[in-house]
Amino acid sequence: MITRRLQYELIKHVGGPFLMELQGLQKRLKGRRGPRPDSPFGPPLESIGKLKDLMTRHYLEGRYADGAVPVAWVTSGFPVELLRTLGFHSVYPENHAALCGVQRLCSEYSDAAEKVGYSRSLCSYARTDIGGVLLDKTPVGRLPRPDLLACCTNICQTVLYWYRCLADHFKVPLVLIDTPYVYGAKDSAEHHQQYVKDQLEELMAVAERVSGRRASEERLLEVARLSYEGTMLWGECLAESTHRPAPWTGFDGFFHIGPIVALRGGAECNAYYRHLLDELRDRVRRGVGGIKEERYRLLWDNLPIWFNVREMSTLLAENRFNIVVTTYTNAWAEAGKRMDPTDPINSAARSYTHVILNEDLDRRLELMSRLAGDYQVDGALLHSDRSCKPYSIGQVDLRDKLAERAGIKSLLLEADHNDLRAYSTEQGNTRLQAFMESFA
Amino acid sequence: MSGVALGVDAGSTTWKGVVLGSAGEIIDSVVVPAEPLVEQQTRVELAKLREATHTPEDAPVGATGYGRKRVRADRAITEITCHARGAFHRTGKAGVLVDMGGQDSKVIRIGVDGTVADFSMNDKCAAGTGRFLEVLLGRLKVGWDQVPGLVGSAESAVSVSSTCTVFAESEVISLMAEGEPVPGILKGVHQSLASRVATLAGILPVDLPVFMSGGVALGRAMVDALSKELGRPVTVLPEPQLVGALGAALSVR
Repeated sequence: MITRRLQYELIKHVGGPFLMELQGLQKRLKGRRGPRPDSPFGPPLESIGKLKDLMTRHYLEGRYADGAVPVAWVTSGFPVELLRTLGFHSVYPENHAALCGVQRLCSEYSDAAEKVGYSRSLCSYARTDIGGVLLDKTPVGRLPRPDLLACCTNICQTVLYWYRCLADHFKVPLVLIDTPYVYGAKDSAEHHQQYVKDQLEELMAVAERVSGRRASEERLLEVARLSYEGTMLWGECLAESTHRPAPWTGFDGFFHIGPIVALRGGAECNAYYRHLLDELRDRVRRGVGGIKEERYRLLWDNLPIWFNVREMSTLLAENRFNIVVTTYTNAWAEAGKRMDPTDPINSAARSYTHVILNEDLDRRLELMSRLAGDYQVDGALLHSDRSCKPYSIGQVDLRDKLAERAGIKSLLLEADHNDLRAYSTEQGNTRLQAFMESFA
Repeated sequence: MSGVALGVDAGSTTWKGVVLGSAGEIIDSVVVPAEPLVEQQTRVELAKLREATHTPEDAPVGATGYGRKRVRADRAITEITCHARGAFHRTGKAGVLVDMGGQDSKVIRIGVDGTVADFSMNDKCAAGTGRFLEVLLGRLKVGWDQVPGLVGSAESAVSVSSTCTVFAESEVISLMAEGEPVPGILKGVHQSLASRVATLAGILPVDLPVFMSGGVALGRAMVDALSKELGRPVTVLPEPQLVGALGAALSVR
């Protein structure tokens, strides 16, 4: 235990930073390779280097975390602030699966899950994660073994069954936060919030037992403050795209979401977004866009198609279309509206219940109409994601209503966030191209 | 008379080319089975068309279809836009166009100005496409030219519930084994295909005239089945296979 802890602290405070410095030095010596002159994109964000360092260090620390500090595997919508208070190192299987998706590893990992009986109709994040666990493979070197599994049903019900499978595999406790679906009202009912709050209190008891640590009120307030600050900073970064041209693209946002998902509640996350915000503001001041020529602005709904980000972003940029806002990246900023860092438990009960996937279609429509107005979009791309049913259900109605109420033309694009076997590139590109041609 | 522009529709099943005259009329055209080396096929076929119509080498070329990016052309435009342009050129009015091609089916709402107001396409499978019909005709050992007569002679349709090409094929094999008459099965196949395409049309407004283009529109039986499924007349555009290539030529003239 002491040796592991020493290793972990050394990597965290000495090894990780040293490696990042070394990599940075190597890059500087090699010289920065600029974009191709015919690239349709604006100059790349300088912050991307810092983002890579931050996420690499997170995964590097993870390799040495188990046995040194308590480790929890958590869903993207889990109130992680409570676990962070106890010093848990958190692993986000969804975030990790997305990383695998970008590297087109989903098929290999998913095959391993399918071989033992998991259906291909199951979410491709779940299949990627379970397959990776079964194969004991990951592109990040090694994922720490969990001491606790923590899932929240505010994003889908699949996570419950997925995490139960993980609990069975790792033989560790699973805590579940069940968030009642909000429909027909702007705010969730008080007794619903009480129900969530009771579960959060139970969670703290389990987490204390697993970690062998006691939560301090002072630390919880500090983490809640940092989480709130990070959420607001992320929101400010996104809001820079209300300017014309938008200083970055929605695709950039998909990657820069990493820290607010995986490192929320930590000072490093906020320092990163402060840096990014400065850069984005500077680009706005200088009129530098995410793409060279921004003629049309689009809203994106649902998760990205991780394995196809480069191809799709290039096709859009070449045709002078920029995705300036996405409901997905906005979800982590939207939470800030219901957060109160001075009252962490009630704040978590409220803000984690009101996430986009836990609210009804009227709220979704309201949100999309508002974003469409704020970001002055010309159209919307609705990714009908085979793997994310809660996000995709109702999109046909949303599409019709967006046209009817907000005069926004939308394209429904059938794909999958991780499984490239469920996507036909040629057909997808034809649809996207035809949609863009209809603006000319 | 020489042409002012050429249009190429390099589809998955057939390669179509048109030469457009100065008044926007088609002065020559060709429809041949698609070859895998689309660039080479296009070069050869366009040379023949140019020669036959004395169209100058520098007349612009518009390309559409799945092979559009592999073809040397002045502009590459999707089939959706080209079919809408070609159809509007033919009809001069807003409407809903059903294009049934070899690899995909599209339902396009054409606005009053001839632009694409909305569209939907089949998912990434052969359900609802010409390929569906081709596979099942092969299984029934029926040639394209025999279809109208056989469907017309069917006493009633034998229900084929699958819209998936693979499942429909095994369903048809079972029906044949059970001794169901080929004309009845054939009629059922057409109804199945029409119902799949009608689902695509279902999400678009229905208060507009319905037109049809693409190779499948050449078969009367399919047009009748679709018309019945939609509960309204379906007008087949003149030379339905050429509508995409016509739209491509119009885009560059």
